[in-house]
Amino acid sequence: MRKRYFDHVATNPLDSRVFEAMMPYFTEDFGNPLSLYGLGTKAKEAIENARLQVALLINSKSSEIIFTSSGAEANNFAFRGIALARQNEGKHVIVSKMEHHSILNSARFLEKMGFAVTFLPVDKYGTVDPDTVKKSITKETTLISIIHASSEVGTIEPIKEIGRIAKEKGIVFHTDAVAAAGNIPVDVKELGVDLLSMAAHQFYGPKGAGALYVREGMRIVPLIYGGIQESGRRAGTENVPAIVGMGKAAELAKDEMADRVGQAKKLRDKLINGVSGIENVYLTGHPENRLPAHASFTVEFIEGEAMLLLLAAKGIYAASGSACSSKALKASPVLLSMGVPSNLAQGSIVFTLGKDNTEEDIDYLLSEFPQVIKRLREMSPYAKGWGMKGEGGECTVQK
Amino acid sequence: MYSAKVMDHFTNPRNVGEIPDADGVGTEGNPTCGDVMQIFIKVKDDRIVDIKFKTFGCGAAIAVSSMITEMAKGKTIDEALTISKESVANELEGLPPQKMHCSNLGADALKKAIEDYRSRNK
Repeated sequence: MRKRYFDHVATNPLDSRVFEAMMPYFTEDFGNPLSLYGLGTKAKEAIENARLQVALLINSKSSEIIFTSSGAEANNFAFRGIALARQNEGKHVIVSKMEHHSILNSARFLEKMGFAVTFLPVDKYGTVDPDTVKKSITKETTLISIIHASSEVGTIEPIKEIGRIAKEKGIVFHTDAVAAAGNIPVDVKELGVDLLSMAAHQFYGPKGAGALYVREGMRIVPLIYGGIQESGRRAGTENVPAIVGMGKAAELAKDEMADRVGQAKKLRDKLINGVSGIENVYLTGHPENRLPAHASFTVEFIEGEAMLLLLAAKGIYAASGSACSSKALKASPVLLSMGVPSNLAQGSIVFTLGKDNTEEDIDYLLSEFPQVIKRLREMSPYAKGWGMKGEGGECTVQK
Repeated sequence: MYSAKVMDHFTNPRNVGEIPDADGVGTEGNPTCGDVMQIFIKVKDDRIVDIKFKTFGCGAAIAVSSMITEMAKGKTIDEALTISKESVANELEGLPPQKMHCSNLGADALKKAIEDYRSRNK
């Protein structure tokens, strides 16, 4: 059975051109970039070339890119690194309820260290209101971190507007652009961000490679102490093949951006239009202001994990934010913070498209998905509505 | 993640549906936090002669519902009351540990259906 992969926010396959670029650095040009002989300088050159490729993707200088092992590391590094570097100026940081765990849990860590953290609410589309950011700023605020685009609901946040506010108030501004960078045009100057996180496997690069953009002149405390790699800001012998892969993937993403975005939007809109025709299925996230490859829904009266399993049996791979599908057995905090009732959040399903998806993939999905929904609804005690005898009617859905 | 038996009962669930003139109905769980099972029984001469379920929940919850209806069908009320969460999980060749509590509601729903039957026939 053909596999139809619609879970590109989880990870992307490695582009074969990226794989090819990485290959020599595993076995042939395996040197340590710190070594002075030819093998070392070759590896060093390869890293610097990749740094330039990544810098060009987000319109920064090469010297402003620090390679990390992942997007999560970049987020931890940015968040803790800035909060700690500026703790003598204040101990208040601002994040939104849309953030990834790597930011939320870093924020909770800072709380334990005696920092105050504001978790900003969002509207029903998951959008952060720049005005609420402004109102949350105190004399103690040193850092604002807002996600660029949500991997769960696809909503793109008003980063530029928030960047302007942060600049006005002299507060450092970080954005987690892991789901955005390489998938939509990202320009650090236009956005007005001081730090930006990204991950290679979100744009057809390898896993285990990420980067943090740190604007020139920023003070930041390292996460990993040791040698002089990455200008002493991130120690550890570099993962040369992965870094080379990230650079190549960034170059391809930049070159092919317009085509990829155009194709993704076309397929995504077809998917959304098709699924929206099914009764009691709702789009989550912002209807227009969303990632071009992102289509997320809640399906009433059934549960996400059951949908994923039946879809997988048809060769369709997707994701869900339902409690049962998460290892923590908790419904997606992102959906709940958008005001989605928790019973409806159980029916969360997320399809994220990639450059290799075809129109025929969407046709197949649109022919199979309604059958999966129908089948599970036939088993559901709620198929005729959420109210059920003995439940006290607390499960009403607000539309 | 799931055993072959769980996948079999999830993809081909037995005894799905409702019994409009059921002698007992039991509901367990809450959709705001997880799974909900509803079990309908038809009783004749103290024996469960028909049983059906409706379930809102994950693969494990649906498999548990299907399995418990098979286990209870044909049993006397007293025999059916001995079915435990553990015995359902064992018949399914195991459940992932995190699913043992939130999805394994079949035994409780069945008990409630039997209680409902008994309270109607006092």
